[in-house]
Amino acid sequence: MPIQSINDFVVRFANVNGSGSASANQLFARSIIRMGVPVTPRNIFPSNIQGLPTWYEVRVSEAGNLGARGGTDLLVAMNPQTWQDDVAAIEPGGYIFYDSSRSIPKSQFRDDVTILGVPLTEICNKRYTDPRQRQLFKNIIYVGALAALLDIDIKVVEQLIGEQFKGKDKLIAPNLEALHMGRDYAVQNFECPIGLRVCHADNIGDRIFVEGNTAAALGAVYGGATVCAWYPITPSTSLAEAFMAYCQRLRVDKETGQNKFAIVQAEDELASIGMVVGAGWNGARAFTATSGPGISLMQEFLGLAYFAEIPAVVFDVQRGGPSTGIPTRTQQSDILSCAYASHGDTKHVLLFPEDPYEAFEFGAQAFDLADRLQTPIFVMLDLDIGSNHRLCAPFTWDDNRRLDRGKVMTAAELEAGKEFGRYLDVDGDGIPYRTYPGTHPRRGAYFTRGTTKDRYARYSEEGADYVDNMERLAKKFETAKSLVPGPVLKSASRKTDLGVIYFGSTAPAMHEAADMLAAKGVHLDLLRVRGFPFSSEVTDFIAEHERVFVVEQNKDAQLRTLLMVECGIDPAQLMPILHYDGNPITARFVTKAIGDAVNQIQERAIP
Amino acid sequence: MTYLPKPKFHHPDIETNELGFTHRDYEGPISTLCAGCGHDSISGAIIRACFELSIEPHRVAKLSGIGCSSKTPTYFLGQSHGFNTVHGRMPSVLTGANMANRDLLYLGVSGDGDSASIGFGQFAHAIRRGVNMVYIVENNGVYGLTKGQFSATSDKGSKSKKGVANRDTPIDLVAMALQLGATFVARSFSGDKGQLVPLIKAAIEHKGAAFIDCISPCVAFNNHEGSTKSFDYVRAHNAALNSLDFITGRAPITADYAPGSVEDVKLHDGTTIKLHKLAEDHDVRDKGAAISALHRIQARGEIATGLVYLDSDPDDLHANLNTIARPLNTLNDADIVPGVAALAKINAALR
Repeated sequence: MPIQSINDFVVRFANVNGSGSASANQLFARSIIRMGVPVTPRNIFPSNIQGLPTWYEVRVSEAGNLGARGGTDLLVAMNPQTWQDDVAAIEPGGYIFYDSSRSIPKSQFRDDVTILGVPLTEICNKRYTDPRQRQLFKNIIYVGALAALLDIDIKVVEQLIGEQFKGKDKLIAPNLEALHMGRDYAVQNFECPIGLRVCHADNIGDRIFVEGNTAAALGAVYGGATVCAWYPITPSTSLAEAFMAYCQRLRVDKETGQNKFAIVQAEDELASIGMVVGAGWNGARAFTATSGPGISLMQEFLGLAYFAEIPAVVFDVQRGGPSTGIPTRTQQSDILSCAYASHGDTKHVLLFPEDPYEAFEFGAQAFDLADRLQTPIFVMLDLDIGSNHRLCAPFTWDDNRRLDRGKVMTAAELEAGKEFGRYLDVDGDGIPYRTYPGTHPRRGAYFTRGTTKDRYARYSEEGADYVDNMERLAKKFETAKSLVPGPVLKSASRKTDLGVIYFGSTAPAMHEAADMLAAKGVHLDLLRVRGFPFSSEVTDFIAEHERVFVVEQNKDAQLRTLLMVECGIDPAQLMPILHYDGNPITARFVTKAIGDAVNQIQERAIP
Repeated sequence: MTYLPKPKFHHPDIETNELGFTHRDYEGPISTLCAGCGHDSISGAIIRACFELSIEPHRVAKLSGIGCSSKTPTYFLGQSHGFNTVHGRMPSVLTGANMANRDLLYLGVSGDGDSASIGFGQFAHAIRRGVNMVYIVENNGVYGLTKGQFSATSDKGSKSKKGVANRDTPIDLVAMALQLGATFVARSFSGDKGQLVPLIKAAIEHKGAAFIDCISPCVAFNNHEGSTKSFDYVRAHNAALNSLDFITGRAPITADYAPGSVEDVKLHDGTTIKLHKLAEDHDVRDKGAAISALHRIQARGEIATGLVYLDSDPDDLHANLNTIARPLNTLNDADIVPGVAALAKINAALR
């Protein structure tokens, strides 16, 4: 029996990289959103520019489940290379849409799926002579055919094409023509719609549809970043590029045409973080964007920034490690390498945004925290939220908000004779005052170094000075607990001994899994951690539950380790739920993993 | 080792500059380098140059990497902010600092280990970006703090203190700087203050990437027979291309030159370099000729010193980035935060 489902299914496009499918696939996803139905697309792409397989998965979910689900209901098979695996992954009763220009033996299909062949190449070759046109319009033709098959409102698609080519109006008519060629073929040859259908709904509200990297870059603009130094690395590159684009739009002085920002593409990650440290030392808000290998390269500088107490912001768009790992797949596997970056006794502040909305929020807040705490702040994105469009709450700002530049002693204060000791804890919070270079002719100058110093920044190799400084740094880290974003609690509908700690891009899959488990009678209190160091709310939550599952997207249970080490939690109390194959974690996976674990606990409990 | 401030008293008739400062106002605490170290002479030359140019000490940012040379910024300009960064990475920190505030004078101090080995890449890229700075390499051809290993600028055949000859080809940082687009390139010798001080002054006034390779013998590990970076060797093989006076107009310096050609090089900002040519055929504005002069003199077994190349109308990083005249670190909320209205438009475009 073919799957019957309205506004709740997964379409997987299997394409060839570089074939121009990305914009057509996005057109498909946006059309459904415009019909008021939540959609979450995910790019599954290779480390390649042209020729290798690439996939675009679109989850349609009127209920608003934005996590990956797993499985395929409708396969759009545009890549013979991956045909077999793609067909095998279709759910029983699913559908396969393919280019039937060349006949494919029946043995290559499955008996339990509905076959929808459209001779895309034939249609294209008949209409177009230019090879590039044949390729690009083929993509639009399949969007047209899918619109008919899935009952997508063709007017919505037409409108989006109009918006997409605004300013290049000559392209609108040929695209509409191709769209209708596909649609007409489907209407004439199949019974439309099929069992999977999109119906107008009203479940989008005022939400926006944006990539996490873009959101984080905009956060950096609103957070007052003026210096960006970066080195291209997947999947963080688009963050620096988005910052550039937003700065060009929002930060060019109208009178002079000059830039109120400075962006340098550095020679490597070492130079990127070096420039950020130099700019931060000199009083500008500065950041870099990178991924795991970049974090490895930056270790020495991160230790210097920690010890010399220099504000810096690092956006880490995580991918799979170790080493080059799986560069175009997602993971949350830099938690420990960021939390303890560099040699010696170091500890760093981490922020964990769950979606583009928080990527913007934390992206801006990170700069206040960096200045307030005078230390590097890591915004821990990952490929799943960084490089994919996601529906999220619209960005918000308050015009009364002011950049918190932290404790900076001014020329007037120095002139008035206020005592200045660069590493002097005057307020008891472990945070000293700093001065920007060039502030005052006679007072406030100091020498910054990675070696030990006394409270007045004078070089010292005395053990007592070293210990004094390290203890103050520890106090400062304690202060950070109350400044980082607090955890978000989502209580179960009834009292339970079971808790879950999760973070970042895992959120939508976790929420959906919790609902699925609740339906099976497994009730879970959820705590989404949003910052490190952990506040007492996190330790209280753990104390209040007999068992806490720590769900994360890495193999070594890195957040669990951090909880054990930093909060002194008994390992037996924290059960790891780990997903690390490089694909985004799914609700199905979490449901099964936690469900199995709960069963085991219960079996053990029965004498 | 501890921190030793210098006593403040000085001679009542001590010379003062336009700002009323004495050269003592440009000093730092007492050096902890070996007695007789060439680096201390360079510190002295920096102090003298800043004093003569009447630079406000607090408007200088001095940055360094790691090594003996990189320790020296502590020992001069005590009223300037300083930053002892990580090994070989001073250029990137200086670049970032310069991006944040284009109005300070950036003095980068490094060594041959710091700039020609671990930091070779950063040296190259800061120069090719045209960062407005004075980049001084205190070049002694040896790793001093780790006690006598060859550095990448050690000449082929030069002998270590233990008598081992270096087999690797040396890196000529002056030739590199020329190739990479430095707009002011010089080489000098820590033992020749008469040449070094005006070079530093001219480099300070230069509004672009100024590079000075300063040969600075290591008295502890590279000042022996068989070394090509010893005081005796450098004195005996120094082939000066020119000697110069740097004239700001504020404090004209008159010097009596022996007969020979004297050339006034007018700079974009109205200052003048009075160049006393010693090598008749050397034109400091001809980069190609400068490179061949370096090769020719090196082939003779000599060391070319003096002003090697000068672009009197340089561009810098900020010109390339088109940054506003105000330092970025002075921009406030109103300058850089786009606000609610702009965000509403962005939100609308993302629906």
